Amino acid sequence: MKTTEEILVRIKAALPAAQVELVLNPSPCAQHSLRVAPASAFAVARFLREDAELALDYCSNVTGVDWPGKEVTDKVKTTKIVDGVETVVEEAVKRVEPGCLEVVYHLFSMKHSKDGAQVPVILRMKTENRSDRVELPSLTPVWRSADFQEREVFDLFGVVFKGHHDLRRLLMWDEFEDHPMRRDYVDPDDFEYEPTPHDEVLKRAQQHAAEGCL
Amino acid sequence: MSTAIKSYLPPVIEPDGDGSLLEVAMGPHHPSTHGVFRMDVALDGERVIRLKPVFGYLHRNHEKIGEKSSYLASMPYTDRLDYFCSLTNNWAYALAVEKLAGLEVPERAQYIRVITAELTRIQNHASSIGFLMQEMGASGTPLMYAFREREKILDLFEELTGSRMMCNYMRFGGCRVELPKGWLEGVAKVVAGLPGFIDEVEALLSGNEILMARTQGMGVLPAELAVNAGVTGPMLRASGVNYDLRKVDHYGIYDRFKFRVPLGDHGDIFDRYMIRILEMRESVRILEQAVKDIPAGPIMDPKSKIRGFRPKPGEAYGRIEAPKGELGFYLISDGSPNPYRYRVRPPSLINLTVLEDMSLGHNVADVILIFGSVDIVLGEVDR
Repeated sequence: MKTTEEILVRIKAALPAAQVELVLNPSPCAQHSLRVAPASAFAVARFLREDAELALDYCSNVTGVDWPGKEVTDKVKTTKIVDGVETVVEEAVKRVEPGCLEVVYHLFSMKHSKDGAQVPVILRMKTENRSDRVELPSLTPVWRSADFQEREVFDLFGVVFKGHHDLRRLLMWDEFEDHPMRRDYVDPDDFEYEPTPHDEVLKRAQQHAAEGCL
Repeated sequence: MSTAIKSYLPPVIEPDGDGSLLEVAMGPHHPSTHGVFRMDVALDGERVIRLKPVFGYLHRNHEKIGEKSSYLASMPYTDRLDYFCSLTNNWAYALAVEKLAGLEVPERAQYIRVITAELTRIQNHASSIGFLMQEMGASGTPLMYAFREREKILDLFEELTGSRMMCNYMRFGGCRVELPKGWLEGVAKVVAGLPGFIDEVEALLSGNEILMARTQGMGVLPAELAVNAGVTGPMLRASGVNYDLRKVDHYGIYDRFKFRVPLGDHGDIFDRYMIRILEMRESVRILEQAVKDIPAGPIMDPKSKIRGFRPKPGEAYGRIEAPKGELGFYLISDGSPNPYRYRVRPPSLINLTVLEDMSLGHNVADVILIFGSVDIVLGEVDR
């Protein structure tokens, strides 16, 4: 089993153009991950699957993580002239860190399953924001196991996977509009609400009443 | 890397004849769907041309609830995922949290976990075979044989945990309560009766002509597709891929026991049935060793805290070989009492990825068997 650093070196050697970086995990299990730029994700995934030494033929887990935008307060030191004297003043400056949606893939190798306890090789991708630029390349053509799981991430997080062969909602119904696993999701008052002909009749009745017909 | 990538997407079958198709919604209230599951099937005569599973009838957003409650509060809720195997669900979740927080599990607790997990595996496999036979038309008898044995195992669980199915027994770094007096003897007694039960099931079923005629060569899953589609558990091993997490990861103390991993040749329904029978036999072997070797000692890691449990920021993915396949939990901690992200990797859902591939071209009646041989529980599929 190779460490994440060794895998990164291998990817860099085979695909020099790929943008991959190491993300360290401070927890005791030390399962580090690789963050891939969406543009090079497909090539990297394909390399990981087809490379004979790594042979990560098994994509176990695909999931999304929502990172909403945060308001961060920075303390900035500036020099100002106060009463004619130049002094250093500390000012609190507020800025909004843009949020993103992240997709995480846990990969293992079934081919090399005899090489001792397996540590997941973790791939991560980030969308540009959480509202309109939420497209990521689908890795379902590489690992079929991502099929339903990417549909689930699309359903619950709202990440749009380009190149997925059948991207529909998985758990919620097709007419549902929001993405329940997002951190800022608010339950609707009435899950079952949908406009019925009855609403139209009521509206017309109100109009009639307003016109004095009733 | 200029050649086209080999993808494993489901094939498209062309209908014969005039091309008129009958679309049938099998489920969500069909008795063979193990709960509320729907397959939208397009039929050309009796032949299945297209099959799309529809999920979500039992969806309650388990993951969101997990993120809104503390780490420990999710433990009883994991029982409800695969409600046939609550103890293995507990173990998978406890394992992930132990990886996240760096907790050690004492020897005795490890043995208790192995014993409960293997008992769970036996009763799950027995009932899944029973349900498969039920769907084949063997109403009652095989299922009741399985339930009779399952009853004895559930009685043991009740004695140990206070609950038959919703056990909520494991804790981060150990187990909740010490074994009751005489419990191990009870286990030994039940385990001694299990080989007889498995022989009985085999005498009833394995050589049965109808069973062989209906299952052999039916719903074949090629090994290559199974690996790529992330199929795990008995389904994967029936296709001949040697991947059992008890042997691969050696989580817990599985490296101490002598047992074999049964593998299938053909990857059809009969192989899946046979693998479950053989796995029950291996589980009995593990149980015999575990009951004999279990040491005395503490059952909780002294470092673990029930109150104010806040793992340091980080993330962890822990997985075990649950009876249905690889059950994984992925947790991200931000240092608060609740997990920032709580994800269940459900084996039942991912094993269903290949349902369409296995069913295409078969008759409707066989699709029911193919579906039954996957062995799913909807509480885990829909979460």
